[in-house]
Amino acid sequence: MPDIILEMKRITKSFSGVNALTDVSLQVKRGEIHALCGENGAGKSTLMNVLSGIYPVGDYDGEIIYNGEVCAFRDIRDSERKGIVIIHQELALSPYMSIAENVFLGNEVTGLRGVINWDKTQARAIEILRKVGLEDENVGALVGELGIGKQQLVEIAKALAKKVDLLILDEPTASLNDEDSKKLLNIMLGLKEQGITCIIISHKLNEISFVADAITVIRDGRVIETLQKGIDDFSEDRIIKGMVGREMTNRYPERESNIGEVIFEVKNWNAFHPDDSKRHVVRGASFNVRAGEVVGFAGLMGAGRTELAMSLFGRAWGSHISGEVFMRGKPLNLRTVKDAIDSGIAYVSEDRKNYGLVLINDVKWNMTLASLSSERFSSYGTILSNEEILAAEEYRERINIKCSSVEQTTESLSGGNQQKIVLTKWMLSRPEVLILDEPTRGIDVGAKYEIYGIINDLASAGKAVIVISSEMQELLGICDRIYVINGGEIAGELENDRLTQEDIMKKIMEHSARRNV
Amino acid sequence: MEPIKQRSKINLNLKQYGMMIALIVIFLIFSTLSSGKNASPMNINNLIMQNSYVVILAVGMLLCVITGNVDLSVGSVVAFTGALCAILVLEYKIPIPAAFAIVLVVGLLIGMWQGFFIAKLGVPPFIVTLANMLVFRGLTMVILKGQTKGPLPKDYVFVGAGYLPVIRGWGGLDLLSVFIGLFGSVAIIFMEYLSVKNKKKYNFATPPLWQIGAKLAIIVIVLNFFVLRLAQYNGAPVVLTIMLALILIYGFITDRMVVGRQIYAVGGNKKAAGLSGINTNNVMFWVYANMGLLCALAGIVLSARNASATPKAGDGFELDAIASCYIGGASAYGGTGTIMGAVVGALIMGVLNNGMSLIGWTVDVQRVVKGLVLLGAVTIDLLSKKKRK
Repeated sequence: MPDIILEMKRITKSFSGVNALTDVSLQVKRGEIHALCGENGAGKSTLMNVLSGIYPVGDYDGEIIYNGEVCAFRDIRDSERKGIVIIHQELALSPYMSIAENVFLGNEVTGLRGVINWDKTQARAIEILRKVGLEDENVGALVGELGIGKQQLVEIAKALAKKVDLLILDEPTASLNDEDSKKLLNIMLGLKEQGITCIIISHKLNEISFVADAITVIRDGRVIETLQKGIDDFSEDRIIKGMVGREMTNRYPERESNIGEVIFEVKNWNAFHPDDSKRHVVRGASFNVRAGEVVGFAGLMGAGRTELAMSLFGRAWGSHISGEVFMRGKPLNLRTVKDAIDSGIAYVSEDRKNYGLVLINDVKWNMTLASLSSERFSSYGTILSNEEILAAEEYRERINIKCSSVEQTTESLSGGNQQKIVLTKWMLSRPEVLILDEPTRGIDVGAKYEIYGIINDLASAGKAVIVISSEMQELLGICDRIYVINGGEIAGELENDRLTQEDIMKKIMEHSARRNV
Repeated sequence: MEPIKQRSKINLNLKQYGMMIALIVIFLIFSTLSSGKNASPMNINNLIMQNSYVVILAVGMLLCVITGNVDLSVGSVVAFTGALCAILVLEYKIPIPAAFAIVLVVGLLIGMWQGFFIAKLGVPPFIVTLANMLVFRGLTMVILKGQTKGPLPKDYVFVGAGYLPVIRGWGGLDLLSVFIGLFGSVAIIFMEYLSVKNKKKYNFATPPLWQIGAKLAIIVIVLNFFVLRLAQYNGAPVVLTIMLALILIYGFITDRMVVGRQIYAVGGNKKAAGLSGINTNNVMFWVYANMGLLCALAGIVLSARNASATPKAGDGFELDAIASCYIGGASAYGGTGTIMGAVVGALIMGVLNNGMSLIGWTVDVQRVVKGLVLLGAVTIDLLSKKKRK
C-alpha cells in the first residue's frame, strides 16, 4: 500500500447552481508529481482552490484527507500551516521588493517582538535560492528586474520558505519560453528527490509526459481517468483523447454558410511586448477572412491570439508593430483605435468587465459608447438621447437582453447579458469585421447558445467574423475555417470539415516540436 | 428572472435631488437660528458674491473629479492670474478688456502645461498639480514682490462687485431682476414640457404629472425667492450672470454632448473607453486645460471683488472646489458627478459658512463643521450605494 499524502473524496462545487465540479475524487501519493489535465474551464483550478482553502469548507461538498486527517480549511492560511502551498498562474510577487524580501513575504524572519532580522533573512534566502537554481542572483536585487522565468522560480522559493510538503503549481510554464520551462521542470524533479509532493496543472502535454508520475484527466468538472507512469500510455495523443473525448451534441445552432470574397486580410504582422521590446509576441502572422465567414483562432493560453487581435485594433496593444492590413483590397493605416473603428473593425475584448464595459453606467450608455460620433447618435456634437433609448430597446428585444430597463447599471447584470451588451456596442458601430475574443468565457450554456446565434446572424449579414476561443469544441461548432496559433505564429490553417480537436492539438504539438529543434 | 414589462410611468429619482433638498433644509435651519437674518436681501446678495468663485472653480473641478482625479493647483493659479491681471492693468496700462483676454489665454496655457505632463507624459495629476500649486504660489509672490497690488479701477471692479443696470419699479424692486426670474421660470417649465412631449412622442416612460409639477414648483419658488431678494437690494450681480452662463454651458456639455460623455467614460473605465475609440489622453489634456481657463476667470473675478490682488489670494480654494464636487454627489473613484450637483455642493458650503458667521460661530468651529459635513455627505452617499447593491 503506497503512502497517500492527499485524498480528495467526492468533491462537488457549484457556482450559482451550475456544477463546476461533480463528485471529483483524487489520490496523490507522497513524493510524486501528479499532473491535472483538462480543457480550459474543465475545473482544474477550481479543484485546487478547494484544496487550498480559497473556497472555504462548507462552500463545497466532499472530504479532504491530508496526511491521514480530515481537513477543514477556512482560508489559505489554514492550508499553508499544514504545508500545502499553491502558486497561481498570476504571480503574487511585489516587483519593488528585493528577492529576499519576496521570498519571506508574509513569513518574515523575525527576532523578538516582530523585528525583522535582515542578516538571517539574507542568509536563509541564499540557502533557499540554491535549491531552485537561482544561486547566481543577488538576493537584494529587485524582483521586477528579473525575467518572468526567474520570477516563477522566486515564487517556488517563496513556497519552500514556508516548509512546504505539497506544492501546487497552476500553469507554471504558461508564460515561459522553452528553455526556462525546461529549467523549471528540472527543479520540480529536484524537489521530488527532496520528498516534496507536487501537483501541476498544465496545458503543455509534452512537459507533463516528461515530468509527471501520474496524470488525472478532468473534463466538464468530472474525473475521466487517472493514468499511472509505467502502467498506462503517457503519450500526448492518449492524454488528448481523455481531455476532449466527448460526443458532439447540438450545442451549436445550425448555419448555412454563404461565403463571399475576402474582406479582411493581414500580411506579415509583427508585434512586440509593450514593456519588453525584445519579446517578439506576434511573429509574422498572415491571414484573411471572407464575407459571411466565421474564422476561428485556436491555440493555448498565451499563444498570442489576444495580442494579435489587439495590436491589429489600432495598436491597442504592443510596440514596434509592423505588417500590412487590407480591407477589401485597400491598405489600411490603423494608428489609433478610432482609426480601426472608422475603418469598420470591431474588437470585443476577452475581459468584458475591465475592457468592455463601464460598469457604473447603464445599458444604453454602454451600448452607444463606440458609436457616439456617428450620425445616428449625435448631431453637432450633441447626443440624441432619444435615439439612444430607441436603439437600446431595439437590441434588448432582438437579442433578448434581460434587464429591468435600459437604464439599469451594467454591473448588476449577469455575465451573459453583459456580453450581449458589449456585442450590441460593436454591432451599433456598423463594422465589417468583428473580432470576438473569448465571447463565451464565463457565461452559462443557454447564453452561450444565444451568442452563437448572434455570431451566425452577423455572418449571414455578410460580416467577416473572427472568433478567438480556448474552447476548441466551440470553434469546431461554429467556425468555417480555423487558424491554429502557437507561440505567436500561425501554426496552420484548417478547413472545418469533419475536423477534430485532436487535429488542432496535433498542429500545436507539431509546431512546438518544430520550434524546439 | 422577473418578467419584463414595458412601463409607461417611472418615478423621479429622488436621490438626484437629495442634495438640493439638503441645501434648502440647511438654509431654513440657519434662518431659524439667525432669526431670518440669512434670508435678508443683503445677505442673499453677499451669499452669491462670496461664493461665485467657488462655483466657477467647482464647475471646472467637477470635470477633473469625473476623471477620478483632482486639481490641487487651483488656488495658486487663481492668485497668479489675478495678480497678473492687476499688474497688466495698473503697471502696463493695458486696456481692461485686453488684459482680461490675455489673462484668460494665460490661464488656458497654464492648464495646457499641466495637461501636457498629465496626458502626454503620464505623470499622476495629483503630483503635477501639487507641484504647480507650489510653483504658482511662488510666482505670485514674485510678480507681486510680496505686496498687495491695488486699488483697481472702477471698470475692473465692476466684473466682481458690479450689478446689471437697475430699473426701480413698484416698491423699489429692480424690475430687471424680477424679469430675469420670471423669464427663467418660464424657460425651465417650457424645457421640461418639451422633454416630456418628446418622450411621449417616442413612447417612453415619463414620471407622473404630480411629480414633475412638484419638482418644477420647488425650483421655481427657490429661484424667484432668490431673485426677489436681489431685486430688493442692488439688483442682479454681474457675477451671477457669469455663474449662470457657466452652469448652463458646462451642464450642457457634460449632460448632452459627446465630449462630456467621453469624460465620464474615461473616469468610469479608462481601458474600456480607450478600446471604444476614445482618445483618453486628449480627454485628460483638455480637462486640465479647461481647469486653467476657469482658474483665470475666477482670478479676475476675485481680484475685481477685492479691488486688488494679494499674494495670499485664493488660498485653499482648491479644497473648497473639491469638497463641493464630493458633497454634490461625485464619486472619488471617478465616472460620476453632475455640474448641478457640484454647484449645489458649493452653495451648501457657502450657506454653511455664511450661516455660521451670522450666528457668531468662530472660524475654527466653522472648519470643524465643514469637515464633518464633507465626511458625512460622502459616507452617506457610499452607504446608500452599497445598500442598493
